[in-house]
Amino acid sequence: MISDLLSVTVLVGILASGIRLATPYLYAAIGETFSQRSGVLNLGVEGQMLLGAFAAFYVAVTTGNLWLGVLMAMFVGALMGLAMAYVTVNLHAEQGISGIGFYLFGLGMSDLLFQKLLGTVETVRGFPEIYIPGLSDIPGIGEIFFSQNVLVYGAYLLVPIAWFILNKTTLGLKIRSVGENPDAADSLGVSVTRVRYFTIILGGTLSGIAGASLSIALLNVFQQNMTSGLGFIAVALVYFGAWRPVGVLGGALLFSMINSLQLWIQVLGINVKSEFAVMMPYVLTILVLVATVSRVRAPAALTKPFEREN
Amino acid sequence: MKKFVCFLTLMLAFAIVLSACGAPATPVPAEKFRVAVVMPSAINDLAFSQSMYDALVRVQKDMGGPDAFEFVYSEGMFVVDDAAAAIRDYATQGYDLVIAHGSQYGSSLQEIAPDFPETSFAWGTTVDTFGQPNIFAYEAASQEGGYVNGVLAATFSNSKVIGVVGPIETGDAKLYIDGFKAGVAATNPDIQVNVNYIGSFSDVALASEAATTHISAGADALTGTAQMVVGAIGKAEESDVLWFGTQSNQASLAPKVVVASQVYHWEVILKEMISLIQSGTLGGKSFKANLANGGEVIEFNPGYTLPAEAKTLADSTVKGITEGSINIALP
Repeated sequence: MISDLLSVTVLVGILASGIRLATPYLYAAIGETFSQRSGVLNLGVEGQMLLGAFAAFYVAVTTGNLWLGVLMAMFVGALMGLAMAYVTVNLHAEQGISGIGFYLFGLGMSDLLFQKLLGTVETVRGFPEIYIPGLSDIPGIGEIFFSQNVLVYGAYLLVPIAWFILNKTTLGLKIRSVGENPDAADSLGVSVTRVRYFTIILGGTLSGIAGASLSIALLNVFQQNMTSGLGFIAVALVYFGAWRPVGVLGGALLFSMINSLQLWIQVLGINVKSEFAVMMPYVLTILVLVATVSRVRAPAALTKPFEREN
Repeated sequence: MKKFVCFLTLMLAFAIVLSACGAPATPVPAEKFRVAVVMPSAINDLAFSQSMYDALVRVQKDMGGPDAFEFVYSEGMFVVDDAAAAIRDYATQGYDLVIAHGSQYGSSLQEIAPDFPETSFAWGTTVDTFGQPNIFAYEAASQEGGYVNGVLAATFSNSKVIGVVGPIETGDAKLYIDGFKAGVAATNPDIQVNVNYIGSFSDVALASEAATTHISAGADALTGTAQMVVGAIGKAEESDVLWFGTQSNQASLAPKVVVASQVYHWEVILKEMISLIQSGTLGGKSFKANLANGGEVIEFNPGYTLPAEAKTLADSTVKGITEGSINIALP
């Protein structure tokens, strides 16, 4: 039975599923990477995703325009980010607690809007798969990498872009310095407030897209609390990825691949208790975390509000 | 104020005298029956919670509208502590029947019910009343509808592979899935049924990916239970794979591919409970919804053209189960 896992269908299935499952994590976790690198822990990701998912779904259902849906999800996510930025940067609120507050707000608000505006679970025709000419015909590889929908491609494109911004641009340098030593950055004329507003709003925008990738690209339905903890896993992936986009990508892929592996293990009837199969992604992720990244240091100013000394 | 009280007393005295004079058979307008429900997910989840909500709406209609039957609900109570607080609140407010619609609420109910001996409580799905005189228990023989769905799915499957998306391997979900497997095996033992428990009642993304996995593994008919299957139903429709529903009627979500749904008609049980409560019995009894008592109904999707022989087969299977000629062997 175990040997069934090595057939081409199964391997291709696992990899293609893993790539899809990682998509919402990537958007949300890359966004979170930006805000954490600037020193702000945003635990409201899940709430931003839920509101983004609903906004995208609602707009797609009512107007039939998927891109307008994505735009709306970005806008709603950005708005949530703006509120979060005001609370944490201007009001110096405790970041963990206010993040949980924003999560609960997003959870309740998305459900309320869903009940009032739609009232029942329905489906929408989401982004179709795009077959990249030539490449999608390659056996196996084509199905895994080149037959996905546009938001999946977008998520993977985001990784090098985020890496470039963080490491190769002045903006990235500002973000990192604000996250490591805001006092020094401030004394050199970098506006800590402005940088943090930027990263938190960017994080919210990307979380909004993460929600949209679920509701109008991968699942094409909206349901109350449909993210069911995905946003929190995305926050964990930022730690796992050691605050680096490439590390986040590795974590998201590892977690998702093992998740799709456990789906196949059950489908193939391999004799593993379903409870153990379901545990696998979490257990293995923790093991890898313990084994590899114990030496990495978090941004020094993470979760610390900045107050200029007179 | 004093005058008003005098007037009221006078009117009351009149009323008593007059009513005493009237024919004894004149029915006193029954007091409004009030029910409160606590549910784990949303009333429109197309699954477990919706089945109870829809049933209450039907009871209200049959009992003569909101004037005779009033119900209120708290939905999305996936945190058991919150649910317990809501149950206690409703009991305090004097509802005639407080329903805890979720087996996870059992231990809370066990603590709360003794504090309100005048209030009737119900919880499900379970058979356990904790031996308390004011707790009813209810459950669904979901293996029966599961069996019928399995028989139907087996006749439709050309690829000889059928996929099942389940939440956690326990309770109502396990019963349904075991019944489904038995139905498939009884119809065509060569068909392979792949079962996937995703470990969650809410992870729509994983349920959807589980459906994709089944389809990649060759399944051309799918079923699944609990509220997260909406993701899987969406995938079934996209891939043009048949879907067999349970708990609520799921045809609205994917009119092209849903063949039939086993729907819980809790109103059959609720009405029995209500008449017991009205005659003074507040609990101590457990109920089971099944095909025979109408607590479970196989509802076909009018949008899907079912071949006549499949319909006949489904009907004869339902008949066999209700009459006892079909025995569903559970593992």
